Amino acid sequence: MSLLQTPSLPASRFPEQPLSHLDALWIQVAGTLCNLACTHCFVTSGPSNARHPMMSRDEIRQRIREALPLGLKEIYFTGGEPFLHPEMVEILEDSMPQAPCTVLTNGTLFTARRLERLRALSEGSRHSLEIRVSLDGYRAEDHDAFRGPGMFTRAIQGLIQCEAYELLPIVTVTQNTDEDPVAFRERYIAMLRDAGIQRPRLKVLPMFRLGREVARSGPYRPVESLAGVSAAEIEGVRLQCGTCRAVTAKGVYVCPLLVEESGGRMGDRFDQALGPFTLRHGACYTCYVTGMTCANS
Amino acid sequence: MIRLAAFGGVYSNHLALRAVLDDIPRRGADLTWCLGDLGGFGPHPDRSAETLRECGIPMLRGNYDDSIGNDRADCGCGYTDPRDNHFAQISYDYTAARTSPDHKAWMRDLPTHRRLELDGRRLLLCHGSPRRMNEFLWDSVCPDAFLEWLCRSFMVDVILCTHTGLHWHRPLPSGRHVVNAGAIGRPANDGRPAAWYVALELDQDVRVEFRAVPYDHDQLAREMEAEELPPEFVETVRTGWWTTCLENMPAKERRAGRF
Repeated sequence: MSLLQTPSLPASRFPEQPLSHLDALWIQVAGTLCNLACTHCFVTSGPSNARHPMMSRDEIRQRIREALPLGLKEIYFTGGEPFLHPEMVEILEDSMPQAPCTVLTNGTLFTARRLERLRALSEGSRHSLEIRVSLDGYRAEDHDAFRGPGMFTRAIQGLIQCEAYELLPIVTVTQNTDEDPVAFRERYIAMLRDAGIQRPRLKVLPMFRLGREVARSGPYRPVESLAGVSAAEIEGVRLQCGTCRAVTAKGVYVCPLLVEESGGRMGDRFDQALGPFTLRHGACYTCYVTGMTCANS
Repeated sequence: MIRLAAFGGVYSNHLALRAVLDDIPRRGADLTWCLGDLGGFGPHPDRSAETLRECGIPMLRGNYDDSIGNDRADCGCGYTDPRDNHFAQISYDYTAARTSPDHKAWMRDLPTHRRLELDGRRLLLCHGSPRRMNEFLWDSVCPDAFLEWLCRSFMVDVILCTHTGLHWHRPLPSGRHVVNAGAIGRPANDGRPAAWYVALELDQDVRVEFRAVPYDHDQLAREMEAEELPPEFVETVRTGWWTTCLENMPAKERRAGRF
């Protein structure tokens, strides 16, 4: 068997992660529709990808209504690009009274009107509104290699606009080099300060070899797997699938990373998705070894 | 009626601790609890430990006490920002080196939470949250749905916590309450160099009063300078604005501060 072939192992070889509590609800509000087609996108979003359609405002209201009695702590809006949704601000107006909200965006679609409304929402709510803008390099050429020419400049402009409205954006960066993690963060912070961001906030994520990234760096190898890892070894690790679920227009999924992966879908309704999840995906291995969470903290 | 005073996050601010301990009897309390995190940030960590132990005030083990007591490598706050980590480590190494073995042994054995039943109400005292010692319960990221779930899951009517350093109170639709006592060792990031604690009165109702206690913060700042603690910490004590450990703070709370 080649190293790149995935062996078909029985599910019992993999540990399970129970859902301890629904802290985070991920809502793929824009489906897989995006104004960009990044070469590392783990859900292969793009301008013509409607495999997961946009969610309607009513559908989102309903999902939040279902999640609140479970003790929901926070809501994340993702895509695709959430600000492609024509009612994104209205959806936030519906959601912010219920729970703190975070929007994950590529930062290229801000307008003064939209930012004014976001600021008013943030100011008027008891709950925090977080705007997370993605960057994939502290140099334009690195970021643009993933996202397209000119996108670094637009994302930086988006960040500057956000800060001008005191939205204090979180910059979400992928660590796609072997650079020392501390030096990596320091470089980003220095770049952001130089660009005029006075209060830079940073969230670092590892790369996941899912979606389009598979074509760039190859799939997970068989050794990059949690096969044979015991339940006891998993117990002390805070895997995000222990505290989150994701919804798209097509159902309820274990986490925002696996909405395009076979086996990631857990059901149509939350009550079908509250059971344990078998950690048989390569992405589960990345979460385990890096200790990462897609959540803000 | 039963009156309960609670404070947390002493952070070696022995002068604020004395001032709060003087204020509590003036306000009146039938019982007093410290919710943990005795060390870090300020000077001469043993002074706060001595004061608290002499008074016989019961205390919970916070993440800082857990780390110091067990000689762990860091404070367990979970920062990832290099600047926050840099300052947190200076503070931690300073505190660990100046906390006596006797105080460390005492911290190690402190309880992580305590259940009380007062006037028919079930209270849970904890450091971060009932489920995790180092969970940050910030006001703006704790919706009612989540807090109700916490109270239901732990079968309590009132949760008292600290850890974030910012005080808040949430009366819930069910009649339950969640109270974050804030911290006495650092100001509330509001430009006032005061120490905050909470006084609860429990009968048919639960009344919550946060008290801002002035103390000789200039004296503390001078002691910190003499101990060569970072000027950024001293600035916080003098101005009332946080300059470090901002990473985990949500946008809403962060916007209310200066940095």
